[in-house]
Amino acid sequence: MNSNSPDGPTQLEIFRKMALLKANDERSRKVISSGRLVMPYYSYRGQEVIPSALAVNLRDDDYLCTIYRGIHDMLAKGLPLKSLWAEIAGRVDGTCKGKGGPMHLTDVSKGVMVTTGIVGSSMPIANGLAWAAQLEGTDQVAVATFGDGASNIGAFHEALNLAAVWKLPTIFLCQNNRYAEHTRFDVGTSAAQVADRAKGYGIPGVRVDGNDPVAMYTVAREAVERARAGEGPTLIEAMTFRFHGHVFGDAGGYIPKEEYAEAVANDPYPRFRAQLIANGIASEEELAGIEAGYEAEIDAAVEFALNSPFPGAEELTSDVYGVVA
Amino acid sequence: MSEAAVKTKQVMLVEAYNMALADAMADDEKVVVLGEDVADAEEGGVCGVTRGLSSRFGTKRVRSTPITEQAIMGAAIGASLVGWKPVAEIMLMNFTTVAMDMIVNHAAKLRYMTGGQTHVPLVIRTMTGAGFSSGGQHSDFFEAWFAHTAGMKVVIPSTPEDAYGLTRSAIDDPDPVMIVENMPLYWTKGDAPNPGHRVPIGKAVVRVPGNDITIVSYARTHLESLGALKALGEAGVSAEIIDLRSIQPWDEECVLESVRKTGRLLIVHEAVKPFGVGAEIAATVNEKLFGQLKAPVERLGAPFNSVPFSQPLEALHVPNAARIAEKAIAMVKG
Repeated sequence: MNSNSPDGPTQLEIFRKMALLKANDERSRKVISSGRLVMPYYSYRGQEVIPSALAVNLRDDDYLCTIYRGIHDMLAKGLPLKSLWAEIAGRVDGTCKGKGGPMHLTDVSKGVMVTTGIVGSSMPIANGLAWAAQLEGTDQVAVATFGDGASNIGAFHEALNLAAVWKLPTIFLCQNNRYAEHTRFDVGTSAAQVADRAKGYGIPGVRVDGNDPVAMYTVAREAVERARAGEGPTLIEAMTFRFHGHVFGDAGGYIPKEEYAEAVANDPYPRFRAQLIANGIASEEELAGIEAGYEAEIDAAVEFALNSPFPGAEELTSDVYGVVA
Repeated sequence: MSEAAVKTKQVMLVEAYNMALADAMADDEKVVVLGEDVADAEEGGVCGVTRGLSSRFGTKRVRSTPITEQAIMGAAIGASLVGWKPVAEIMLMNFTTVAMDMIVNHAAKLRYMTGGQTHVPLVIRTMTGAGFSSGGQHSDFFEAWFAHTAGMKVVIPSTPEDAYGLTRSAIDDPDPVMIVENMPLYWTKGDAPNPGHRVPIGKAVVRVPGNDITIVSYARTHLESLGALKALGEAGVSAEIIDLRSIQPWDEECVLESVRKTGRLLIVHEAVKPFGVGAEIAATVNEKLFGQLKAPVERLGAPFNSVPFSQPLEALHVPNAARIAEKAIAMVKG
């Protein structure tokens, strides 16, 4: 076993996060289907391993810049359920007082610094947070997550180049779920792998099975350690699949049925769950207890959110500018 | 040396910007400068605005970047989120287009979209202006775009004191401020600013009092407006000349007070006339002073075309003193 492989307790910690993420996505789709909440929702079901295996290597003071499909990233980083749900319900107790919504969730105390609805834009800003850490001489790291489609936009290339020449502690985490909106990866991407593009910037680029918690943990850990040590950025391409299309309501007609069926059959969640039990890391009862615990927490968060007031009319025009000292 | 002696010292705008950056960096170690060629190894900026800063404060705080406007703005935004005060140079205003997503979707909006949880106290310095035969992609005034974006502030100084004072205020400000540096004015002289001088963002200034017509302008067209005074005087027209200085927010009170007195308003800018800053000011004055106007509010701006290369055409593109005088006299004399 590699010294960077997760031990039993760490694997269980990864599972906890995956359980939270999965339960939260399932509940989100259920609540939206019921008509109780209205929003553009980008399901991350199927991609839970990536942020879970990453986040156990991060601290609250490490920075995260994520995207519209990023609720899994934030929850793994520690964003609380109640303020998450209140925000996606547009309520005043939300992380952003209901003014940001699901695409702009933010929690500075957990290092969830920016969530963007613009493909590719997490990366240049993560560099700025990494630059701040470099200026301050701390060992904090900044993670930018993004999809495979974002590796074709200019911001990706500008950000990788600057991170490389400034040797910034930025981790570029591509969650390659095989489709950029409705366009298959190889149709829209000239490189065989996103990770190959790192070569052009003289930085390490690693493709990893993002549905394998052990492999994902190991790769993430190496990138985080490298960044903390001042050795510069890493590009990780974590291979995965999203089970529910681009945005809620997308029936996924562009995905071949066989590909979809195979991906669902290989759902990483039950696979890792069974593995933990088989390896004696946890019992069925223990894991069921973790899952039930999150269901109850989500119940409470949804109830809290739906009982929270909407922001008052005065919030419409506040927070445009701050007070000049 | 007496204060009066200090006051009479003359400096160019390019020096005033440099002094403001140096003083801000000396006062606050969180102020950092980044942009293409800003460090001394790369000659301290193409016009020398940042010359000497990296030698004095180090290349850690004055960092040259690749030609990478999105990455420059992203780095500035990220650092500003956690307490740094980046002054990012986007060499030319036309190059802001390359970083538009970072500026408009992120710098301007993060305070609002996070419910005030984060904010972006950064400064964008960018230069522009016709007069050098730089053609259609190196000379534009795009201030109206940014003034139209909630969350952004925009200033355009025309004197060394304002260049210094507005730069210091921009660095103090808790939100993104764009300083539009009008390139032809870099080498014009004026009173040297006193160290620490501040010009509040959002305050215009009446440079010349008058009674018959108010002329509101900024940057080079403000100097052209001052240049029109002689012809106006000869025609018996008393013009009140306002230097707007801040575009977003603009000093509504100062302009309204002046137009209440004169009853006439001419707005002049180098940006194209349609949908420009003049349109916003004209609409506001019409809304607030409709019954008190002696003539329709008028605007002088560049015609609706790209900035041309050929010198005679470029000269025609920008409103000048003669055309300002002609227009103002016509408005007063009917």
